Amino acid sequence: MDWLKILIDAGRAAVGVPAAAYALSAMGLNLQFGYTGLLNFGHVASMMVGAYGMAITVDRGGSLWLGVVVGIILALILGLLLGIPTLRLRADYLAIVTIAAGEILRLIVRSSWAEPLTKGILGIQSFADEFHDLNPIPVGLYGLGRFRFDERTVWVMMLGWGLVTVVALFMWKLTRSPWGRTIRAIREDEDAALSLGKNVFGYKLQSLMVGGAIGALAGMFLAIDQQNVTPDTYIPLLTFYAFTVVILGGPGTLLGPITGSMIFWFLFKLLDGFMTDAILNGWFFGWFEATDIGPIRFALFGMGLMWLMIFRPQGLFGSHEEMLIDGQ
Amino acid sequence: MPNYARRTLHTRLRSVFLAAIAFLAVIAMPLVAFAENETIGGTLEKIDADDREAVAGVTITVEQAGAVVGTAESDQNGDWEIPVPGAGEYVVRLNVDSLPDGVALTDPERFELPAVSVRADQNKTARFNLGPGLVSGVSTWNRVGSLFVIGLKLGAIIALSSVGLSLVFGVTGLVNFAHGDLVTLGAVSAYLFSSSSIGPGWHILIAAIPAILLVAGFGGLQEAALWRPLRRRSTGLVALIVVSIGLSFVIRYGILVAFSGLPRPYRNYAIQNDMHILGITTVPKNLAIIGFTVTVLALIGLFLTRTKLGTAMRAVADNADLAESSGIDVSRVILVTWVVGAGLAGLGGVMFGISEQVQWDMGAKLLLLIFAAVILGGLGTAFGAMLGGFVVGVAIEMSTLVIPVEFKTAVALGILVVMLLVRPQGLLGTKERIG
Repeated sequence: MDWLKILIDAGRAAVGVPAAAYALSAMGLNLQFGYTGLLNFGHVASMMVGAYGMAITVDRGGSLWLGVVVGIILALILGLLLGIPTLRLRADYLAIVTIAAGEILRLIVRSSWAEPLTKGILGIQSFADEFHDLNPIPVGLYGLGRFRFDERTVWVMMLGWGLVTVVALFMWKLTRSPWGRTIRAIREDEDAALSLGKNVFGYKLQSLMVGGAIGALAGMFLAIDQQNVTPDTYIPLLTFYAFTVVILGGPGTLLGPITGSMIFWFLFKLLDGFMTDAILNGWFFGWFEATDIGPIRFALFGMGLMWLMIFRPQGLFGSHEEMLIDGQ
Repeated sequence: MPNYARRTLHTRLRSVFLAAIAFLAVIAMPLVAFAENETIGGTLEKIDADDREAVAGVTITVEQAGAVVGTAESDQNGDWEIPVPGAGEYVVRLNVDSLPDGVALTDPERFELPAVSVRADQNKTARFNLGPGLVSGVSTWNRVGSLFVIGLKLGAIIALSSVGLSLVFGVTGLVNFAHGDLVTLGAVSAYLFSSSSIGPGWHILIAAIPAILLVAGFGGLQEAALWRPLRRRSTGLVALIVVSIGLSFVIRYGILVAFSGLPRPYRNYAIQNDMHILGITTVPKNLAIIGFTVTVLALIGLFLTRTKLGTAMRAVADNADLAESSGIDVSRVILVTWVVGAGLAGLGGVMFGISEQVQWDMGAKLLLLIFAAVILGGLGTAFGAMLGGFVVGVAIEMSTLVIPVEFKTAVALGILVVMLLVRPQGLLGTKERIG
């Protein structure tokens, strides 16, 4: 078992593209779940709508930058459509409708009916050349020893962490504004906010839409990195990755999603590397095969989510004062 | 003498050697011949949403310049292959009449691929997209009636699986996102007892009994070991829901490791011949599932209205504090609700497995339909879940008369959203439940 290799690979994941993407995605979810208390189980739908909005625009001859705008607008519309029937009701109704909507949207995107637009199961490829062609970084490997990235990855990472910084600044301004105080008041006590004359429904709707737009950014970023969108990428599991990241880092905190994402991907890759080596070395007496690693990882991920939610709902480092997710 | 013996040995060795070479040559020859020729082949699969199923016995013809080059029939794996005389352009045609019932080309125009070009030494793949088409050549009444029966069967499975979710919500306020995985657990346990190589190999109807008991016990264990302690800590609703999501991943992917990703049918009732009743074509197991489910649901209804425990259950669902103060042991009632609800979900899983196949994520896929059913009927009411289940099942299957089959699950979402806009408490719910 090569512990150094496993640790370095985990470290690469913690600062790499997936960590940046999920930091972004989790910041959107954090606005909805951490700050406003909305239980959005269909966050993956905003990621998908963003990525497909961009990919289809480019596929139809538009520019990448127009695609980004289209993706964000589509995510805002999605938030509006999901919010209107559900936000007047209790948290669990929103959860049910959003998880259902995410799955239905995926089925529609992969259907033969939508195939002329979405290219069906195979999806759309190579739509982000415009971005990759702009790469000013000379060809080569950057970093130390095994901890190295090629020029393409560095360029994508710069975009990712740049977006994370911009969105974090935006969130910092937003949550310290009167608007931000109101959504936190709604999370703590909806009736109290209502009795002060706040339009609770309107605030929730705005939070859902803005969070969705940030989720769409995350989806577009991932799609730009992979140069590929396929419907079966966008399964509900991604939503719960984002949830775990938010809870790990501490819901309702500014930097929580960022630290949460880095910890999440570090642990994820650590577990992956450990299990691959352990199975190769026969540590599990041949009970498991290499193909079982994925499912075992997801089962452990489920246990981790349960443990976090029960014992550390305020995040690994959070204090218990600020955050008490309750949802009446 | 020794000389002779040696020679015999020598000859014998040589003949063995020659025979081996000849044998190898015979084996290798078709391989060599195969590699030198060109072929057109492919795999026929019926793709229905996430499910893939090989389609056997379909005739495919290859023609060139109007002359038939070769014909083949797809085998059990849906594979077919036709050798062609050389590089060039060929016409590949699928004989639509040879498609089995319930399978059709997703684009009816594309039964012929007019210009399949084959390069030298190429094993060209030709693709036909197949989906669950409407049964062709039958009367409208038969189509409508058959779909209605299939809808009732699906509704029966949803109803069985929904009652538990709704009752647990009623007595504890928890929407259990792991409920769908209890359905899978029931189906997989029954597979273990009936059809797996390590199990006792019982008939599925007998294997269903230990499977249901197992899931019921698991439900009780969940309540005692997880949900009751969490309620004691007064954990919030949102946190409980997220915990149930985590639990659903643990169960689902645990099952995937144990059962593997292949869908597998039970030993019994996997394939049945069509039967014709009142001008409707269906398989006997559909009618059996509907009849059996209606009986079970009627018994549950009697239990809830006529027995002391059932009445207590409804009382706790209505108002837990009031029930407690009138002397009902609420903890015990909640435990019984979990056991009964999980057992019913397990039974739903066995029915689902008999009706389709057993698969590791079957319950997770059903969960959306379960949600639609309980919200339609009224979250927290057992009778609402039963009614909702049948309505959702029939609506989904009948919708394929007017919309593409791929979208039939979207009908469930439509029902969900319309109900939330118009009557969020559901058909049989009371207003204060929505909070």
